[in-house]
Amino acid sequence: MPKSLLPWILVSQRLGIALLTLVIVSFAVFFATELLPGDVAEILLGQAATPEAVAGLRTAMGLDEPAMHRFVGWLVGLAGGDMGTSYVNKMAVSDLMGGRLVNSLRLAAVTTLVSVPIALALGIGAAMWKGSMFDRVVSVATISVISVPEFMVATLAVLIFAVWLGWLPALAYGANVDSWGAMLRAYAMPVITLSFVVSAQMIRMTRAAVIETINTPYVEMALLKGASRRRMVLGHALPNALGPIANAVALSLSYLVGGVIIVETIFNYPGVAKLMVDAVATRDLPLIQSCAMIFCVSYLSLITLADLIAILSNPRLRR
Amino acid sequence: MMIERSNAFVIPTPKRLGYSFNWVGRVGLAVILFWAVVAIVGPWIAPHPPGEIVDWDYFGPVTADFWMGTDYLGRDIFSRILMGARYTVGIALASVVLACAGGVILGMVAAVIGGWFDMILSRLLDAFNGIPSLLFGLVVVAAVGSSIPVLILTLAAIYLPGSYRFARALAVNVNATDYVTVARARGESTPYLITREIFPNILGPVLADLGLRFVFIVLVLSGLSFLGLGVQPPNADWGALVRENIEGLSLGAPAVIFPSIAIATLTISVNMFIDNLPSKIRDRSE
Repeated sequence: MPKSLLPWILVSQRLGIALLTLVIVSFAVFFATELLPGDVAEILLGQAATPEAVAGLRTAMGLDEPAMHRFVGWLVGLAGGDMGTSYVNKMAVSDLMGGRLVNSLRLAAVTTLVSVPIALALGIGAAMWKGSMFDRVVSVATISVISVPEFMVATLAVLIFAVWLGWLPALAYGANVDSWGAMLRAYAMPVITLSFVVSAQMIRMTRAAVIETINTPYVEMALLKGASRRRMVLGHALPNALGPIANAVALSLSYLVGGVIIVETIFNYPGVAKLMVDAVATRDLPLIQSCAMIFCVSYLSLITLADLIAILSNPRLRR
Repeated sequence: MMIERSNAFVIPTPKRLGYSFNWVGRVGLAVILFWAVVAIVGPWIAPHPPGEIVDWDYFGPVTADFWMGTDYLGRDIFSRILMGARYTVGIALASVVLACAGGVILGMVAAVIGGWFDMILSRLLDAFNGIPSLLFGLVVVAAVGSSIPVLILTLAAIYLPGSYRFARALAVNVNATDYVTVARARGESTPYLITREIFPNILGPVLADLGLRFVFIVLVLSGLSFLGLGVQPPNADWGALVRENIEGLSLGAPAVIFPSIAIATLTISVNMFIDNLPSKIRDRSE
């Protein structure tokens, strides 16, 4: 077997594991929500739940079929883009989802654009001046952000930027985002909060990745040859740390998934997470399942992407 | 938590044995102990009944009578935080003990037995790691309904795979050492290998891992409560206290700030404590 094939074998292996994981995850999501106490048909009919009506609705909804059968049907539908119908307002889940998904993706994209450059600069800087005042301040700040809940970061952001400084509206999402200014104001708070949450992880992992490369013999050699600290880090260590850094970025971005649930709720932002939390309140199972799957898929893709980057950027596997 | 504490106090000269803490670790430990005591005696030392409306002024400021202001109904926040400690610390502690006990036992068994058992269990639990933790809690609690046993079991289920993975990796290393090979050659049974040879040698790192998981569980529990899916009214853990009073945020009410600070002091001090554990506990291989 030629050795150049090795990374690709590992990549396809990783993709296979991701696919298998996805099936198990969908199994878990389906059965966690489907096997709940209480009959769905009865809940839906409410006051009008005569035995005949319940039996009729159960047949109409296909609830009489074995759970395994329904699971396969649901999974096949999902793969084909058919996410079922909402129990509550009888709309197709995909219709409810469409605009919300775009909103959430936009929030995630803006957050990524803001947080990645800042986090990389701070992380590399902290590694470059390891042990300095700057490094210590950054470390303490990141540990603090990581160890408090997302809603507390949001609360602090509101207190600082809305209550004390008065720059931004507190808990309002401007429904009419027609001008640039209005859009910036509407996005500012959610983006600031999410950026803090995501960057804290990213800074720590970037710093660790760069420091690990600095400790290698070839970087020490550069230092012994008389290269400046800046040159040693930027010229010698950084190119070799790019793989681990990209891995760290992808992995940190997976924290967006948890953060976005809290942030969309707190700021009343019309995204998928808000839709899901509302669906939880009304026990709208098809909607919950679809939202959960969307989150799991994005989370899994980011984690898998991180692993793939780690495999492909490892030069020892290339030759 | 418990065992680390007894290590620090029971052993006569911790310093000589290499178990001494630096001052950051001691501050962390002090705060943890403080909240543990509050969780136990909280209801008796609360100045006002936590569930009763004691002031007509909602979102009241900090006064001599109400040390941390009043909430959206005019209840005393200080008393409610003391009461909430019991829910936050208690639920998180119960879940983390369950998660780590299950994860460590399964991890050690998988490492010693190996083969198909190990592979299938590892793959399956890895797959569960592919579900974002807050989302997992959200879906389960939405389906089953929220009660304290459900919360404890759900949180334990979320963090069991991580604990398993950690313990298995450690146990696989210990399993390959000479003294385990010798014990096996001696004809010792699998339970003996697990309890006498492997467990004592992974205990330190496992305890450090338990502390980190405790922090994660406190965060997810607070997040669930914040979404209204955790501890149900009229009771409230710290996350629920923030949720109840979030309306007061634009007024800058202390009712939002103090429960948040309570969560932060607990999680940050556990992190401080774990980060500064003597290396003898953290990593026995060094």
